[in-house]
Amino acid sequence: MKKILSFTLNGEPVQVICEDNRSLLDLIRDDLGLTGTKKGCEEAECGACTVMIDGRPVNSCATLAREVEGCDVVTVEGIAQNGMLHPIQKQFIEKWAFQCGYCTPGMIMSAKALLDKNPHPTELEIREAIEGNLCRCTGYVKIVEAIQAAAEEMEQEGWGENAQ
Amino acid sequence: MVLPKFEYLTPATLEEATMLLSELGSGAKIMAGGTDIIPPMRDKVLKADYLIDIKHIPGLEYITYDEQEGLKIGALTKLYDIQTSKLVKEKNPSVAQAAKYVASTQIRNKGTMVGNICNASPSCDTAPILIAQNAAVQVHGPENDRVIPAGSFFKGVKKTWLEPNEIVTGLVIPPLGEGECAAYIKHSVRKAMDLAIVGVAAWLKMDGAVCVDARIVLGAVAITPVRAPSAEKVLIGKELTDEVIAEAGIAAMSDCKPISDVRASAEYRHDIVRVFTKRAVKKALEGYGEEDHI
Repeated sequence: MKKILSFTLNGEPVQVICEDNRSLLDLIRDDLGLTGTKKGCEEAECGACTVMIDGRPVNSCATLAREVEGCDVVTVEGIAQNGMLHPIQKQFIEKWAFQCGYCTPGMIMSAKALLDKNPHPTELEIREAIEGNLCRCTGYVKIVEAIQAAAEEMEQEGWGENAQ
Repeated sequence: MVLPKFEYLTPATLEEATMLLSELGSGAKIMAGGTDIIPPMRDKVLKADYLIDIKHIPGLEYITYDEQEGLKIGALTKLYDIQTSKLVKEKNPSVAQAAKYVASTQIRNKGTMVGNICNASPSCDTAPILIAQNAAVQVHGPENDRVIPAGSFFKGVKKTWLEPNEIVTGLVIPPLGEGECAAYIKHSVRKAMDLAIVGVAAWLKMDGAVCVDARIVLGAVAITPVRAPSAEKVLIGKELTDEVIAEAGIAAMSDCKPISDVRASAEYRHDIVRVFTKRAVKKALEGYGEEDHI
C-alpha cells in the first residue's frame, strides 16, 4: 500500500510517497538519491547501510521506511557542518582509514553514534561500537586510529559540547 | 532485493493489535525491532501478508526493579538499553551480559529482548539466562492476560507456546536473593554478529560453599534451549569444588542433543557443553564471591 511518509532527514523535513515493503535503505538511496549509505549484504550483517535513527546506529536494510515516520534520520551526507567535514570524516582521510571505501560510510555513522554518547571511548569501546561493521579489506587498525583521533579533535574543537 | 508485498499496520493499543491478529489470521506477524523479520522476509524464509508493528503502543518500553518481583523489562525495550542499563547491571548483571552477546551494536539498537525470545531460535542468546532465573513471560490475549514461565515458552525451532492471537508484553526476572548468583556465557567463533555454537546459563543458590539449588540451561544444542537436570543434580547439596563443577560439566553432556551444522559438529558441541557448563558455574560463583566481599 502507498502512503505519505514524513520524517526528518539530515535536519530537513521530508515527505515522500512510499510503499509498505520499501526498506529505509532503498528509500534513501533510490527515492531520495542519497547514495552515501551503501548496500552490502542486505541481511543486517555487514553494517555498510548504517544510519542513525533518533541518535541510534541501525542497519537501514533491516528497517522499513515506514518505521521512521516522525523520526530523525541522519546519513553520512548529514554530518558535515557549514561545509566543513566532520572530524570523523577528516580523520578517516588523515589516517588513511579506508582502502576500497565501501564500509566507510557505515563505519563513520557507527563512530558518530558512539562519540555523540561517549566522547572519550576506550579502544575496546570503539571496537565494540564498530563490531557490526565489516571491512572486507580488513583495515580495522587504521579505522580505530581515525576514530580515536576524531575523539581528540572533537574535544579540542568543542564538538563534544553538542553531544546528546 | 525488494521485499515481498505486505501490508504494514501500526495499532495504537494492545487491544487493537490482538484484534488485528485475530482478524487477519496466520498471515499476520507482530514486529517490534523487526531485525529477525525483515531479513528473513527478504530471503523468503519468512512469509507475512501483514506486519503489525507494535512500536506505537504506549507503555511497553521500560526497565524497572521491584524488591519483591525483580527486574521488569518491556516488550519494546531495546537490547542495547538493557545491556547499558545501570539498574540491570547493578541488580542482575547476567541479564545485561546476555543482552550484549546478541548480534551487533546496530541490531541491539533496534532489536528487543522480547523479540529475541519470540523468534525462538535454538541459539537465542537471551533465553538461557531467562530460563535459568525462572523469568516470567507476560502475555496479552484477546480474552485474558497470562504468564508463561520462560522454561515453558519454547516449543521447537522458531516455535513458541504463544497462541496465534497472543502478544508478549514484557518479562519479569525474579530478584537475586541472598546467596543467589547467575551468569551466561557463549561460545562463538566471532565475538559479534555470530550465532552461538553453545551457550550456557547457570543460576545457583549458595549457602556458604554449599550449593542448595541450581538451574543450568543450555542453548544451541537442542531444538529449544534446554535445562540440564543431570548437571543440576550433581551440583545440588554439594560443596562446589573444582571436581564437583567438572563432574557437572560431564553430566551436562548427557542433557543435550546437538546437531552438526556449518558452525560446529555435534561431537564438538558435546565437548564444549562440558567446558562451558564448568565455566558458567564458575562465572556465576564469581558474582557470589563479589557479593560476599561487599
